[in-house]
Amino acid sequence: MPSFHPSDDLLMDYAAGSLSEPKAVLVATHLALCPTCRATVDAYESVGGALIESMNSDRVDSSLRDSVLSQLDEIEPERPTVMTREALAQVDLRVPEPLRGYLGSGLDDLDWKTRGRVGEWRILKDQASHTSRLFRIKAGAPMPQHTHDGTELTLVLAGGFTDHGKHFLRGDVATADETIDHRPIADADEDCYCFAVTDAPLRLTGTFSRFLNPFIDM
Amino acid sequence: MNGLNVTTAVPCPGVVARPLGLPRRSDIHVVMPVAKQTVASSDDVGLIEWMAAVANHRDRQAFARLFDHFAPRVKAYMRHLGAEAAVAEDLVQDVMLTVWRRAEQFDASKAGVATWIFTIARNKRIDGIRRERRPEFDPNDPALVADPEPDIDTTVDSQQRGAHLREAIAELPKQQAHLLHLAYFEDKSHSVIAEELGLPLGTVKSRIRLAMKKLKSQLAELR
Repeated sequence: MPSFHPSDDLLMDYAAGSLSEPKAVLVATHLALCPTCRATVDAYESVGGALIESMNSDRVDSSLRDSVLSQLDEIEPERPTVMTREALAQVDLRVPEPLRGYLGSGLDDLDWKTRGRVGEWRILKDQASHTSRLFRIKAGAPMPQHTHDGTELTLVLAGGFTDHGKHFLRGDVATADETIDHRPIADADEDCYCFAVTDAPLRLTGTFSRFLNPFIDM
Repeated sequence: MNGLNVTTAVPCPGVVARPLGLPRRSDIHVVMPVAKQTVASSDDVGLIEWMAAVANHRDRQAFARLFDHFAPRVKAYMRHLGAEAAVAEDLVQDVMLTVWRRAEQFDASKAGVATWIFTIARNKRIDGIRRERRPEFDPNDPALVADPEPDIDTTVDSQQRGAHLREAIAELPKQQAHLLHLAYFEDKSHSVIAEELGLPLGTVKSRIRLAMKKLKSQLAELR
């Protein structure tokens, strides 16, 4: 079970449906790995249910009712799809849904943009207000030192890293706001894969920041 | 209060056969506060039975009742979130047809009917009004870490929970109730709410946290 979780207000925004898509992908992927946060989101959703139940209702035209009722016969019940064994063999179990659906392939088959010992793969590029990417950090290697505007959420998918004395493993979410100038270091025994979402562009503070510019505009 | 009526003229729900998989009402170890009016309204009992009838028997009449109960609420929800009347009605149609399509997937032990329909409506409006995908985990994903075995002693009927929650929300101070409405019905994250109200984010967070704490303590009384 994960030890580091998204904040309660992120979980509530996710339940209410007001979280941006990139952050919602990160929170939902954490939920796949964290029964505790799933229970919290369930509770927040039940608040949504109570609010909708007690809200003043709008008049609905009877033609809408007729239209809906007339369509019922055409609709087959939807049942959850069970994965075939072949499909299961193709799945990279390191990446739970919904993140897996955004990648289109397993972690090993991504076209990583590599710089030194850090590989990067951007997703959700259409969400211009956010920077969303996967990182592959070689065992024992540091991430480029950086601070950022806004908040950066990092979900560990495989391996682990240490940042400011805290050790993050699969399923853990590290939260760093603009006050933190941090330099996470991957565990020595295994490559670390993680998914990071920043709600602002990155700025680099290390000595070689100019050389690391590709991390901003890729 | 919040507009829920307790009527005594409704037929006793106990006479209807209990659908499989639903908690028996006699299993619920809840002492009902007699003085309060909104606890376990007859509506709640009806909703869950209508849902079961739709799921098990594709019961159109039960579905029509669910429609009459929820369509006006879902429409109001969509209107609150900025949908024009015509768009709101399209979304209502989409939501209610999804209820029909997925009725078998409704699990009364996990969520109340209103909560389940809220999640469908929320996802449809993200899709239809905000034009974004709603990312969700897949409960059948082989990578999912499963829930621990439920502790039966702390299982509270989801419908009871709903009734108590509504009551607790109605008793919240106005300021806190207002923040909840902003969070759920105006597509505003905590940080946007803070910006618009001219309050520090920390203040908004702590007020909402306070509201949630009150709601939780109400629910804890059920255990």
